[in-house]
Amino acid sequence: MDGLDDIVEEFLVESHENLDQLDTDLVALEQEPDSRERLSSIFRTIHTIKGTSGFLAFHRLEEVTHVGENMLSRLRDGALALTPTRTSVLLQMVDTVRSLLASIEATGGEGSVDVSAVVAAISAAMEDAPVPAAPVPAEQPAAEEPALEEAPVAAAPEAAQSLVPAPAPAVEVPSPVSETRVPASRREPVLEAPEHAEADTPAADAAGGQARRAVADSTIRVDVDLLDELMLLVGELVLTRNQIVQYVGRSNDTDLVRASQRLNLIASELQEGVMKTRMQPIDHIWSKLPRVVRDLGLQCGKSVRLEMEGRDTELDKTLLEAVKDPLTHLVRNSVDHGIEAPEDRRAAGKPTEGVLTLRAKHESGQVVVEVADDGAGIDPAKVGAKAVERGLITADALARTSPADVLQMIFLPGFSTAAAVTNVSGRGVGMDVVKTNIESIGGTIEVESVPGEGTVCRLRIPLTLAIVPALTVECAGDRYAIPQISLQELVSLDAEKAATAVEEVGGAPVYRLRGELLPLVRLTDVLGLTSDRHDGHVVIAVLRSEGRRFGLVVDRVINTEEIVVKAVGGQLKAIGLYSGATVLGDGTVALILDVQALARRALRAETNERQESRLAALSAAATDTERQRMLLAAIGGGRRVAIPLDTVTRLEQVRTESVERVGNREVVQYRGAILPIVRLDRHLGAYGESDHEVLEVIVYSDHGRSVAIVVEEILDIVDGEAAVRSDIDDMGLLGSAVLGDKVTELLDVRAAILAADPAFYSAPVTPAGVPASLLEA
Amino acid sequence: MTAVTEPQAPAVGGQLATFWLDGDLYGVEVAHVQEVLRSQGLTRVPLAPAAVAGLINLRGQVVTAIELRERLGRPPRPEGIDAVVIVVRLHGEAVSLLVDAIADVVDVDPADFEAPPDTLDGSARELIRGAFKLDGQLLLALDVQKAVSA
Repeated sequence: MDGLDDIVEEFLVESHENLDQLDTDLVALEQEPDSRERLSSIFRTIHTIKGTSGFLAFHRLEEVTHVGENMLSRLRDGALALTPTRTSVLLQMVDTVRSLLASIEATGGEGSVDVSAVVAAISAAMEDAPVPAAPVPAEQPAAEEPALEEAPVAAAPEAAQSLVPAPAPAVEVPSPVSETRVPASRREPVLEAPEHAEADTPAADAAGGQARRAVADSTIRVDVDLLDELMLLVGELVLTRNQIVQYVGRSNDTDLVRASQRLNLIASELQEGVMKTRMQPIDHIWSKLPRVVRDLGLQCGKSVRLEMEGRDTELDKTLLEAVKDPLTHLVRNSVDHGIEAPEDRRAAGKPTEGVLTLRAKHESGQVVVEVADDGAGIDPAKVGAKAVERGLITADALARTSPADVLQMIFLPGFSTAAAVTNVSGRGVGMDVVKTNIESIGGTIEVESVPGEGTVCRLRIPLTLAIVPALTVECAGDRYAIPQISLQELVSLDAEKAATAVEEVGGAPVYRLRGELLPLVRLTDVLGLTSDRHDGHVVIAVLRSEGRRFGLVVDRVINTEEIVVKAVGGQLKAIGLYSGATVLGDGTVALILDVQALARRALRAETNERQESRLAALSAAATDTERQRMLLAAIGGGRRVAIPLDTVTRLEQVRTESVERVGNREVVQYRGAILPIVRLDRHLGAYGESDHEVLEVIVYSDHGRSVAIVVEEILDIVDGEAAVRSDIDDMGLLGSAVLGDKVTELLDVRAAILAADPAFYSAPVTPAGVPASLLEA
Repeated sequence: MTAVTEPQAPAVGGQLATFWLDGDLYGVEVAHVQEVLRSQGLTRVPLAPAAVAGLINLRGQVVTAIELRERLGRPPRPEGIDAVVIVVRLHGEAVSLLVDAIADVVDVDPADFEAPPDTLDGSARELIRGAFKLDGQLLLALDVQKAVSA
């Protein structure tokens, strides 16, 4: 019995407010009895209370409001005219409703408040209506009779003046209610009523004895604009605090230092407090989802259980609003496409009931919201195929994209996950809209999926929009802020390490971060500036955007601070690199980098270019790199090359002295034919020792023609699929990947073969099996 | 210059805050001017249009600064002369203009108004509503709206 549950509490707060409005409306109505607007407003209020009370099983409340509603609906429709008597009974009804609410608030139940008298009075006042809706009780008070005669007459002005005493006669209606109801002054019942109720009901004592603040008094409604303004001011305060703290840091005055520390503390607490006023539990938007899931489940013939974890996780009201639609869409998507039909689930050995889990939690200054299902999962291969079909990516680029990245393509505009457009989703509101919405509030979204086991969509949302933790960095002498939400880690390399750790393949820098290739983007290049750092140090901010990681090379990292995001003018928004600006602790203005835009600009432009230039080279090489097995070979100089296994016909060893020359080409006699040789180390510009007695040769045969590719050593055969690929390429390479913990270059087999035999793919085979090109040479 | 020198909409008199730019006197409606500041620390904005000189911190508010010399197609301000910042408010948004020096607030008479002199070149012509013939000096009325929409 620790009070009321949330729904009832909310109902009470709302109803109290509505009733106050009702008083005003009713009184005003007497002055202008024909005002449809007011009547409708009153009607709505009563209707709402009736609806909710029915739902919450407060039957007496429902009964009173029901007859009241009947009367109001007729007044509204013009079937009845408003007379002072009718106004009185309506006000009487309002008082009774108040008493009931007070009792509910104090005890959780309707207590001993009796409603029959009011119901009777209202019904009586409706008497002359064509069809009486409520049953008229026997002991209908005769006192009401004169009122009926007055009915057709429009309320006279004096009626309005007699308004204040009006409720008084109502009290005289013989009824047991009168002890509970507070007469005449209608402003007080809220406060007084509980006392009456407590006297009557032992339950009130059980509630702990301590006088609880009335629900309506413990909360107030505040204009969101006011909160916004407060938030803004607090933002300014935080900035000023930052400035003072920085300034005082250089001072020796201990009193000043102490005062500034105190200011620091208070400002932080104030900031937190004001932020809290705008916070609402995520349950506000989640509470509507069980219904969505249930209805949708029925519609799709699926049985789905919705589980929620962390429903009291709070976030800013504006953000909450912004997240609502995307979240609902994700949930619908999961039920519609994620979770399989019961028979499919049974066949897959899963329980027939699917589980959809919503999780929310705070994590390093962000709110992480997950929508997870235990459904069929998303097959990256299908996503990839679809993306290619829709022209969102070339087959070639797809082959070099890791499965995890392929999944993120469902967020691309023009990609619809629904194989068949159903009634439920696939109505044009695609995942790209979800993503755009989430990004517009500074959040991120990513999807993870294990085919057969389920899918998790993870949203990262900042706690608030106004103040964000950010990393300040320096680039070409200016400072820029990077929102922490995109920041994963910082890597600092001294000159010596940078020289070896930052590998440049084909002019594009990459850094090997714990075995993964991290494409690097120099901020100076993006901004068209010149770095002022010449000591060779490299500072990399590892950022994540749209499920992709990249390293932003900056000159220096300054520090992390809370920044207040200021909008920038239209001229700067159009540049599309800055999400805003902020004032730093020392008063200078710093631009806030838009990481998403940065990634799009820096990474895509580059990869697109490369993809196109590589298309031709790739056609002959295996396009189907998916699940491709790779032969790993060393080519000298510590370099490793991967060659698709399906282009390897045989591995051979050839004695060095058996290599002969034809013109400027090397050949070897092999199985009665002349085999042109390409030495991969020379072809790719690596220089290994060439004084081996035996050459390791990879023979590739096609249409009766063969070439031999000489490598230094055959290392291994690996599954190329798990590799992380990068788009860095060079002459004769398709790119690079991490295979077996080392960066490995992917050989452009076609180019290598053409180096050995320029006519391999085009020239006819001569009778002797000698390549035509060699004959000419 | 026929009688149809009916200037575009707001050629009414009133007060203009005037300033110097590359030897010419310009004016903007006093009502638009929020304040005038000495030269401020500017934060440059890479990749911004050339006329955007940078961002200034106006008591915690971030305001874009437009280099009016660039906007009007004048040569850059000589070294050693600090720009003066005129903060104007348009549609509730503050924007600042960098000029050479601030001058008086002048009462102008619509009778003295004339359309922009033909000698003005293209880009500047669009930004000048017209000229007021003062004693011994032409006062060019700047169209603030256009000037800040770089």
